[in-house]
Amino acid sequence: MSDRPDLPETPPEQPGMSSFFKDLTGAGSQINWRANVLVPALAILSALIAGGIIIAFGDLDTLKLWGSDPGQAASDTLNRLGDSYVALFEGAVGGLGPISETLTRAAPLILAGLAVAIGFQAGLFNIGANGQMLIGGMFALVVGFQFDLPTVIHIPLAIIAALIGGAIWGGIPGFLRAKTGAHEVITTIMLNFIALRLVDYLLTVEFFQLEGRNDPVSKSVLDSARYPKLIDFINARYRVHLGIIIAILAAWFIWWLLYRSTIGFEFRAVGANPDGARYAGMNVVWLIVAVMAVAGAMAGLAGGDQVVGTLGRATPGFVGVIGFDAIALALLGRSHPFGVVAAGLLFGGLAAGGQNMQASTDVGIDIVQVIQALIIVFIAAPALIKAIYRVKADTEAAQVSQGWAT
Amino acid sequence: MLRRSKTLIALFAVLALIAAACGGDDDSGSADTKICEVTDVGGVDDKGFNASAWAGAQRAAADFGADPKVLESQAETDYEVNLNSFIDEGCDLIVTVGFLLGDATANAANANPESKFTIVDFAYDPPIENVKGLVFNTDEAAFLAGYVAAGTTATGTVGTFGGINIPPVTIFMDGFVRGVRYYNAQKGTDVQVLGWDPDTQEGSFTNNFESLDDGRAFAQSLIDEGADIVMPVAGPVGLGSAQLASELDGIYIVGVDVDGFEADPNNASIYLTSVLKRIDNAVYAAADEALNGTFTNDLYVGTLENEGVGLAPYHDLADMVPSDLQSEVESLRDDIISGAVSVSG
Repeated sequence: MSDRPDLPETPPEQPGMSSFFKDLTGAGSQINWRANVLVPALAILSALIAGGIIIAFGDLDTLKLWGSDPGQAASDTLNRLGDSYVALFEGAVGGLGPISETLTRAAPLILAGLAVAIGFQAGLFNIGANGQMLIGGMFALVVGFQFDLPTVIHIPLAIIAALIGGAIWGGIPGFLRAKTGAHEVITTIMLNFIALRLVDYLLTVEFFQLEGRNDPVSKSVLDSARYPKLIDFINARYRVHLGIIIAILAAWFIWWLLYRSTIGFEFRAVGANPDGARYAGMNVVWLIVAVMAVAGAMAGLAGGDQVVGTLGRATPGFVGVIGFDAIALALLGRSHPFGVVAAGLLFGGLAAGGQNMQASTDVGIDIVQVIQALIIVFIAAPALIKAIYRVKADTEAAQVSQGWAT
Repeated sequence: MLRRSKTLIALFAVLALIAAACGGDDDSGSADTKICEVTDVGGVDDKGFNASAWAGAQRAAADFGADPKVLESQAETDYEVNLNSFIDEGCDLIVTVGFLLGDATANAANANPESKFTIVDFAYDPPIENVKGLVFNTDEAAFLAGYVAAGTTATGTVGTFGGINIPPVTIFMDGFVRGVRYYNAQKGTDVQVLGWDPDTQEGSFTNNFESLDDGRAFAQSLIDEGADIVMPVAGPVGLGSAQLASELDGIYIVGVDVDGFEADPNNASIYLTSVLKRIDNAVYAAADEALNGTFTNDLYVGTLENEGVGLAPYHDLADMVPSDLQSEVESLRDDIISGAVSVSG
């Protein structure tokens, strides 16, 4: 400090990526088999193993048995582990019902994951997917119960409303960042709380509230605005609906936007090097607002998925923690739209399978969150994965054709 | 190095194989009868009403030779799926915990007339053929708590707040406020109650049953306005209020649903008393009917008289409650049971 007293004041922080940011999010890196597929896959494997250890030894009765009858204890432990993971697997993909459930849960996760991933690609941390979902969902809700229209108009209108609501709520922190330098991590988190309380309040306002109720429950979305179920003709309980198709299309659109359009190139350029982008004549202020608005729109769509898709109404908890799971999911998907789809399907499967595991064994649903968290720990510490599995250190010029275990 | 990674992978593969092999053979091992509980988002370890219902289900399962099962809901979107899981499993009684599951339970019950359901805190009008509602006249017990609070407050102001503005919550607050008013009428005092007005049915609500931070914040604002005894009617949210009270001097909490002194041992010493809602007894009674062939959809109503509701002991704070007041509460209990005192204001 004292030896260089004339240091200039630190300039206001700009978006942009440290190497840690790149390592963590996968944004800005070239498609690289090792970093984008192998490390996530190994992270999932490691998390499943670690989660398995917790399941296996998470039963006090069995633990006590080790002292008196180790043989029985060992067999109980293996049974417990086997039952749990078999149930998890069957609940996720073991038949049409589980697959329907996995896709139902994956749809909002994918959309919210896109909202986070787009931010990462532009060097921005969008922690506000939850708030953007809430506002997008409320916009879709109003269209859903207020207008009586034919389905072919009503559903698109509800989708557009969700996009707009989310874009507004995402655009605000974008604007604050671009114009005032207010860090989007702070503003998006704060806007989550504002959205949450706003929804709490709105649901008790007569315009929104279900007639004859004092508790915060919204009016029901009209059938004409509900996303149609896809396979309920097979079994009325299969609740997978249009939302998963919308999510896949959205992922494709975001891929096109990021990698095939000029504006997407500019998004990524801002993320990689904001000064360079400005020097190249890009309007960085507008780009940051646009990135956050597009991100918010995706999250808004996720909120709409819950309101006009799965639930058909809004309650204070309609978003749950999807917007936060989305952060993990974007990291796992290496911030690539197709990676987000894959990660969303995995998390959707874990959620559906976790429900089944809870139903058919005595292992709690919380273990699924532990596994998800462990995946992120391993993703965030690629060095750990590389050390455990002896994956060769990664360089920009890494050859895809090289074997990974040497 | 190569060897180590291969060893790890091989080990996992072997484990997975053994596990899968062992996993297949144990599908038929469960008992024939099942009592199945679907919680709301508070979870089975909420130290409040989900836990209380679970205790009742476990007790009934042990007494009647059944398997107790529970599914925790993590979000509203889970209610329907969890109910369907239990319907598929052929549960003998499905217990749904809480008013918020009212719509989902009604849908499931109408779609599956052969399954039996019982729901805590919900009375359908008209009743559904295969659903037994379990409701509680908690205002009777809360009335007593209000009377105790009014007789114990040092500041002359007490407070309450709720989770969500729904009948099973506000009935606590109604009783509490009316108990205070009754005390004022009897003694000529002017103890104020903040946070709820039974006449307009408006007051303070956190709008959730999860946030311990809200529990602190809502209690703090009541304390800032002069309250020294607070009754949070918001499930686990109240644990946050109790934490705050234990950090302050002269602030006490009235617990709800279960005895806070026992459920929240870290802050046991600040629970003046608790308004007990014996959900466990109600669930036990419903399970008794369902498993022993006497199931009806008649409403179960917990009262002071049948001990479905009650007032917890004062425990560590017994010295704070004068013995005159204690005996007045005892006779007030009898008067409420006999109908001599009406708790409905």
